[in-house]
Amino acid sequence: MTATAEKKLHDCRDAWVETLVELGQADPRIVAVVNDSVGSSKLGPFQSEFPERLINVGIAEQDMVGVGAGLANGGKIPFVSAASCFLTARAMEQIKVDAAYSEHHMVLVGQSPGMAYGELGPTHHSIEDLAWLRAIPNLTVVVPSDPEETRQAVRWAAQHDGPVFIRVSRMGVPDVNPAGYEFAPGKAVTLREGSDVTLIATGTVVSRALDAAELLASRGVSARVLSMPTISPLDKDAILAAAAETKGIVTVEEALTSGLGGAVAELVVQHQPVPMRFVGVTGFAPTGEVGWLLDHFGISATGIAEAASEIVGA
Amino acid sequence: MTVEEDLVPEVHVEDVPQEAFTVIGRVPEGATREEAIAHLRAAARAVRGRDIRMVRAAGLGHIGGEFSVIDILVTLYLDSLHMGPELLGDPDRDRFILSKGHAAAALYTTLAAAGFIDPDDLSTFMQPMSQLNGHPARTKIAAVEASTGPLGHGLPIAVGTAIAGKLDGSARRTFVVTGDGEMQEGSNWEALMTAGNHGLANLCVIVDRNRLQQGARVADTNDLEPLPDKLRAFGMEVIELDGHDHGALRDAFANVPAASGKPTAIVAHTMKGHPISFMSDNVAWHHKVPSAEQVEAALTELEQS
Repeated sequence: MTATAEKKLHDCRDAWVETLVELGQADPRIVAVVNDSVGSSKLGPFQSEFPERLINVGIAEQDMVGVGAGLANGGKIPFVSAASCFLTARAMEQIKVDAAYSEHHMVLVGQSPGMAYGELGPTHHSIEDLAWLRAIPNLTVVVPSDPEETRQAVRWAAQHDGPVFIRVSRMGVPDVNPAGYEFAPGKAVTLREGSDVTLIATGTVVSRALDAAELLASRGVSARVLSMPTISPLDKDAILAAAAETKGIVTVEEALTSGLGGAVAELVVQHQPVPMRFVGVTGFAPTGEVGWLLDHFGISATGIAEAASEIVGA
Repeated sequence: MTVEEDLVPEVHVEDVPQEAFTVIGRVPEGATREEAIAHLRAAARAVRGRDIRMVRAAGLGHIGGEFSVIDILVTLYLDSLHMGPELLGDPDRDRFILSKGHAAAALYTTLAAAGFIDPDDLSTFMQPMSQLNGHPARTKIAAVEASTGPLGHGLPIAVGTAIAGKLDGSARRTFVVTGDGEMQEGSNWEALMTAGNHGLANLCVIVDRNRLQQGARVADTNDLEPLPDKLRAFGMEVIELDGHDHGALRDAFANVPAASGKPTAIVAHTMKGHPISFMSDNVAWHHKVPSAEQVEAALTELEQS
């Protein structure tokens, strides 16, 4: 029923690995560190081309992130890539201390985040990562929404002298950014102008926010859609402008609403209080595939439109 | 005493003997073995004297584990490491990581003795805005290769920097000191597996085997023995030695990389609080702050050591 269903969907891991191989060809300092996650990170092409630069520590996430920090100390640019649920939860202290507090130039790549593992259940979902990681100082948290943004975020992280987390989608997503799009860290992207209400979405569900805006338009509600590829640091100007220029804000994420939603609310409540609604995951998921789970939690065009209608009273 | 009460600092700058502490420098080129050992013994004595005064002044520190590791640190920085203030930007410098970061005062004092830190700055230890944090931070001190404090972090980082050295074909070596209690952290054993499987001959892990952790004997909580056998099973070339014997330490460090091609693991048998009679092998001195009288008594014992 949604426009999304008719568009070509992409697994952003393909863009991630294509980009990493290109970076690896240009710069011998680029290395990958994995926890037996070559397949799930789609790193086969990188491993084939640079077998000695793919360091597989086995199923050992704390070691994986520590080894990444050591490689950075040794002059390498490590991309530490693993399923986001294990990378973030199992190695949180290493992310805090070895990456963020240490200000190492290293890139943590959280694969298949959110509820991408669907039926495998909440042990394999990574719905907490945005809330956890935005709480850590010094760490840039990037959540690309489509393949082109994934490519550009990976390229940017390779040359940014500091720790970065990139959440790479496995669930199919359509292209949402316009031709000629340029990723700028810490900057929101206005994908649709609107004056009644603002939908601020991140990552995999930006397309669902766009569908919701279309639905709202059919009901005479003008919804602005901001894509927020960087959760930390936030684009404060874009958020406060939306709070000032529209009646309220709906945040949309494939994560606990304490991720993007909490971050936006902390800002808005201090500087430009307006009504808000939070569309996202609200608890451990029941059994189901990811598309069904998103709908179950109301992270759908209709669910988002309903939240926006509560704000505008339409 | 609760942990919280114990960690409230009582600053005692006024009653600390303020003897001069200056850069000691490395063992001179061409020194005989005996001369080298004498240089390191004198340096370790001076470092301990400065360390105990720092801890008394700050009202905080981990003096037991500092005194157990000082001979290892002094031997590395003043003799064995290819590392000096002039080599800080050199990618081929040897790396040293103090994984037991709570012994920060011992590291800072040794770095001052080696010329990396202005000795006058030692008096800022743990004071507001000091670079000398209670645990070493790489963003605050150029010579600190890794920020440590939470246990079980330094060894995986050391494995990473050793892999980087191997990828580069560099002759540099990586040394890391862990506490023995710290070896209860699973991340260390993950890292040892990686080190063994990658054949990181350029890596040397030194376990400061003082047999005591914060609140108990290691054997009484989650025992490590048979530690040398475990390290061998993980692919290490294992050396056991007296961690207060500068001659044995420099000989062992000189053997890295091992001819076998394996990473080296040194089980350094030490005493917490060594060589102070009332501190040695006493669990109470993990982070106890000495009284003014105890500082005087310890300094007197050090002079005679």
